[in-house]
Amino acid sequence: MDQLIQQFFNIDIMMRAWPTIMRGLGVTLLICCAVIPLGLAGGLIAALASTARSRWLRWPAVALVDLFRAIPPLVLLIFVYAGLPFTGIQLSPFVAVTVAFLLNNSAYYGEVFRAGLISIGKGQAEAARSTGLTQRQTLVHVILPQAIRNVLPDLISNTVEVVKLTSLASVVSLGELLHAADLARSVTYNASPLTLAAGVYLVLIWPVVRLLSRYQRRISV
Amino acid sequence: MSKTTIRPAVNKPDQQNGATAPAKGRPTLEVIGLKKSFGTVEVLKNVSLSVAKSEMVFVLGRSGSGKSTMLRCCNRLEEPDSGDILLEGEQITGRGVNLDKVRRRIGMVFQSFNLYPHLDARRNVTLALRKVLKQSRDEADTRAAAALARVGLADKAGNYPSQLSGGQQQRVAIARAIALEPAVMLFDEPTSALDPELVGDVLGVMRELKQDGMTMLVVSHEMAFAREAADRVVFMADGHIVEQGPPEDIFTNPQHDSTRAFLSRYSYGQ
Repeated sequence: MDQLIQQFFNIDIMMRAWPTIMRGLGVTLLICCAVIPLGLAGGLIAALASTARSRWLRWPAVALVDLFRAIPPLVLLIFVYAGLPFTGIQLSPFVAVTVAFLLNNSAYYGEVFRAGLISIGKGQAEAARSTGLTQRQTLVHVILPQAIRNVLPDLISNTVEVVKLTSLASVVSLGELLHAADLARSVTYNASPLTLAAGVYLVLIWPVVRLLSRYQRRISV
Repeated sequence: MSKTTIRPAVNKPDQQNGATAPAKGRPTLEVIGLKKSFGTVEVLKNVSLSVAKSEMVFVLGRSGSGKSTMLRCCNRLEEPDSGDILLEGEQITGRGVNLDKVRRRIGMVFQSFNLYPHLDARRNVTLALRKVLKQSRDEADTRAAAALARVGLADKAGNYPSQLSGGQQQRVAIARAIALEPAVMLFDEPTSALDPELVGDVLGVMRELKQDGMTMLVVSHEMAFAREAADRVVFMADGHIVEQGPPEDIFTNPQHDSTRAFLSRYSYGQ
């Protein structure tokens, strides 16, 4: 028992690792700030393309979404970071992470948005267009507000997944939270920095998860 | 299949040959030779119809006769395969037409209301005023208040559709359409989704619109209302207009077999 506390819950070690962990948290948040908005935008585009009337838009969009949902994000990241250089495209770890997660997230957010879009009846667009609203105005003012509201819980769950996904960036030595913790572990020969990192993830994600359940309970009543 | 019976009261579309026809007496809405198929099913087979200014025309017919499709072609929610549609003498079919500009002059009321559930009654009405007519918030609010008052719902401006009865929702939908001051209003079975006791309110609003001189083309099964309020009744069967004329003539002395069959079915139990 003492050894467990010594190895995993060592306060001294945690205090020493604290600055490193905080720098890692900064990088994690930076990745989130890049990947979440880009993923949302990419997902929206994917959803619009995969519900478009033109099959020339629809088929490629559906194929790409399927592809990037099927590829494990870790494999995708390694491919983008270590594979693309062979074609002459050398990306920094941060850009590689952003690109790989953008592809992965766009596919997942895309499926969520698509579910939202098809949950809105055809009559809504017909009514809007019958008053002279353009296709774009109809989308922005009538369809999307309803679609997003319908899938808000899924969008938030997916975003929580994205925050956890950022820990994969440690494999390309991007100094995010997990990588920082692992670095501290290897220096101190003690796993307590990992425990601390887990705690930081918990503090980061738990309030969102809590709010989400409350929201879901509220709308299901 | 017997031939189309055209009664003398009807203005024929082919009287309008010249492009420079005088504005006076020109129909507000003209449908000429409309054809439309869904796959291999020919839904409209050469339909021609005109609606004069301030006229209320009722389109009757069994479901599947093509009447809703014909109505939906009038603002091109449904794209006709061939034929012309003229709004106040202006061609609105074909490729070069700015549909968004045309549609603001054609109001439409749907069977299932299609109100925007995320907006309250006022903003259901103001959305197009703001985004299409580019009115300021104040202008749009003023006009929405007037439109809602006209349908008897001045006090419901802040209510969301889910907080309104079916009849009230349909009246908000009418307000949304008339706020744009359209040249013609299309009604697609406006009372079919309503509980019987709520139908009267909607018909009452339509009657008032008619008294104010609104031009209206109505697809509906409200026979008693058609007989009382319509200027002309058009009967459709199998993708054709088989008969049209003043309601009294159609209801008391139908010429066409399918009209007779339809009317006798509907008069049972009334």
